[in-house]
Amino acid sequence: MSRSPLLTLADLKPGDRARIDSIETADPAVQRLMVLGLVEGAEVLFLRRSLGGDPLEIRIYGAAISLRDEQARRFGVVKTASRDAQPGARQGVVANGQPR
Amino acid sequence: MASPAETAVPLERIAVNRKAVATIAVVGNPNAGKSSVFNRLTGLRQHTANYPGVTVERRIGRSTFGGVSLDLIDLPGTYSLSPASTDEKIAVDVLFGRVAGTQKPDAILAVIDSTRLYQGLYLLQQLTALGRPMIVALTMIDAAEREGRKIDLEALEDALGGVPIYPVVATSGRGFPALNAALAKILSVPPPRETAHWPELERAAESLVARWRVRGTELHRVEAERLLIDANAPTLTPETVADVASARAELFGAEPPLAAEARRRYAWVRGTLARVESPGSGVVTQAARLIEWLNRPWPGTAALIVLMFLVFQAVFAWATPLVDLIDAGFGGLGSIVASVLPAGTWIESLVVKGIIAGVGSVIVFLPQILILFLFINLLEDTGYLARAAFLVDRAMRSVGLSGQSVIPLLSSFACAVPSIMATRVIPNRRDRIATILAAPFMTCSARLPVYALLIGAFVPAQRVGIVNLQGLVLFGLYAIGIIGGVATALLLRSSVLRGENPTFILALPEFRLPNVRTVAMKLLDRVRVFLHRAGTIIFAVAVVVWALTYFPRSPEVEQARAAAEVEARAALTGPALERRLADLGNEAAADHIAQSWLGRAGHWVEPAFRPLGWDWKVSAAVIAGFPAREVVVAVLGTIYAVGEEADEETLAGRLTAARHPDGSPVFTLPMVLGLLLFYAWCLQCAATLAVIRRETNSWRWPVFAWSYMTALGYGGALLIYRLSGA
Repeated sequence: MSRSPLLTLADLKPGDRARIDSIETADPAVQRLMVLGLVEGAEVLFLRRSLGGDPLEIRIYGAAISLRDEQARRFGVVKTASRDAQPGARQGVVANGQPR
Repeated sequence: MASPAETAVPLERIAVNRKAVATIAVVGNPNAGKSSVFNRLTGLRQHTANYPGVTVERRIGRSTFGGVSLDLIDLPGTYSLSPASTDEKIAVDVLFGRVAGTQKPDAILAVIDSTRLYQGLYLLQQLTALGRPMIVALTMIDAAEREGRKIDLEALEDALGGVPIYPVVATSGRGFPALNAALAKILSVPPPRETAHWPELERAAESLVARWRVRGTELHRVEAERLLIDANAPTLTPETVADVASARAELFGAEPPLAAEARRRYAWVRGTLARVESPGSGVVTQAARLIEWLNRPWPGTAALIVLMFLVFQAVFAWATPLVDLIDAGFGGLGSIVASVLPAGTWIESLVVKGIIAGVGSVIVFLPQILILFLFINLLEDTGYLARAAFLVDRAMRSVGLSGQSVIPLLSSFACAVPSIMATRVIPNRRDRIATILAAPFMTCSARLPVYALLIGAFVPAQRVGIVNLQGLVLFGLYAIGIIGGVATALLLRSSVLRGENPTFILALPEFRLPNVRTVAMKLLDRVRVFLHRAGTIIFAVAVVVWALTYFPRSPEVEQARAAAEVEARAALTGPALERRLADLGNEAAADHIAQSWLGRAGHWVEPAFRPLGWDWKVSAAVIAGFPAREVVVAVLGTIYAVGEEADEETLAGRLTAARHPDGSPVFTLPMVLGLLLFYAWCLQCAATLAVIRRETNSWRWPVFAWSYMTALGYGGALLIYRLSGA
């Protein structure tokens, strides 16, 4: 049985919701992002990429954070919802306008 | 003996200047509204200085709350007690009382953004362990309400260990009466109970504390915890280094300590949030929709371009009349003073041309600084600056900078002085210095008079195809400036300032309406700082240059002039006499300068500039232009005996007619092109050097910038002159 390729934060598309599942913690920039709340179990919403594709913007429990693609690759995630699907777990986020 | 009733002094009559009873640290995440809260609590009674050795500013305000006088320190925003930047390090150091000259805070006012409780709680949890009285101001409660969030304040207070929480809205003042009353009693608030424990860390920290107590050093348990977590924390003695290292290895193993802490604390945060916060209803206002749309890459870029154009226009269009007003004002002042002081003496010249003109040359920057900073502060306060940086980051990285450099660099096209001050928004030091050194290359408004004069006089007003040649040259000069700046940044970032590609982690602030009070306060701050630090240097240089042009006085020149005037009065009358007297005045001024220190300096350095085709007059004018480029036109006017106020045509005529001793023209096209290139790349602005000194906190960088740009300007001028077949 082959394992499915690991999905990272950098592989998400705008509107995707995901839960952080695993982190390569060696890079100090990654640790910095963990201090900002990107830890295992946290739920994020992928918002957009900037001009040229880098950096990218995510939303995590109400706060918007921008990070570079190479840092985003260090965060393994599990998708919980895509753009067209119903919103997943509660987040209190303004961006998608679906009333609960 | 007097009875108590007679000796009692009414409270109101006691001197107002009491010492503050205690120092309160105002601490919280960046963009949480800390400064707005601070400003509302202290008003104008605040004082800004520098922390020793760094360019981080220290803001302290004293205010009275319910009769109790308290000092509030507005600490730089931080996300955790493990600092990730100089700013954050200062905040942590002040909290622990490690900064010389700053009181260790007795109590804490934590400012937390109610729309971003997730990150706020992380810091709050660390703060509660400090064991000091603490209250929380929960800001932007109106935004939370608009989003439909509900926060159970009692549950949150309890989860934090009994920390009183005060919801406020800093822009409107809602909730502040309660906050003020709470501050009056803050010292009697019991320290929070510890509600989240990390037994292994606490044990290791306590054993460190015990070991060091034996050696005579008293440490708080939390300080020991931070030492164990941070790789670069200042250790106390060499022996402690070994202590800390072995404790860390045992505690964390292979897991980075910061990661371990983040994982633990955020697990607690998520659990707490689940209990105290119910999520927003997700209703989106029209305004929010518009802002989300503007955040998209292409609309965002368009908005940025429009905005920069607006800022640019404003700085030019609004500043120019103000600058003219100031110029006129100082000119008028000079005339008044000149009529009062004995004419023709060094005192009159010193006061009028040295001091008044010198001070004027500082004040003249204020309109541009004010306007630019008004915009920048507004943009910063609305949260837009971070968005703009986010947009252009990729493009900037290709030249070794990051997105945050874009606004300072673009503003440098108006004036580098406020732009260099604005590089504070760049957290990465190397990045910041690269931006500071690239800024002066952008063609600033002060170069334009020189460009206008030289291009107007020497570049033929023809068309090349559909393009006007003069316009083409001007555009070329702008392009050369940009190329010089970009190349400098690239060069620096790949050699002296080599380092990681600037990390670009930003918590992007939500868009919000700017707080007028905060913007105004920051503006006042900037002005104060500029006048004090930069102003003194600029003024000093202006006076020195004046002295160089004035001394030594030559009696012969005066005698010659007096004699010539006598002749003129004998031979002419009316307008002809006026013109002749004016001419004589100009010629005398030219002769004075010729034999002044400046003139001699011009002669002295002339050999160095002869390869560029310059004569001593041009050399002298360039030297005189050192404090401020615009001065060059006035000095050229004086040296060529058309007076300082000469119009371009007259001056251009004189320049065209200027000859070397061997009869060849001085101002040939190659020489002029070289001179223009010199101006494009040379740093001739004492004000710029002064702010570089201030912003980098050393003389090394301004000296480097000046030397490097002068060498570049010289080299470029030489190349063009030689290549053009001269």
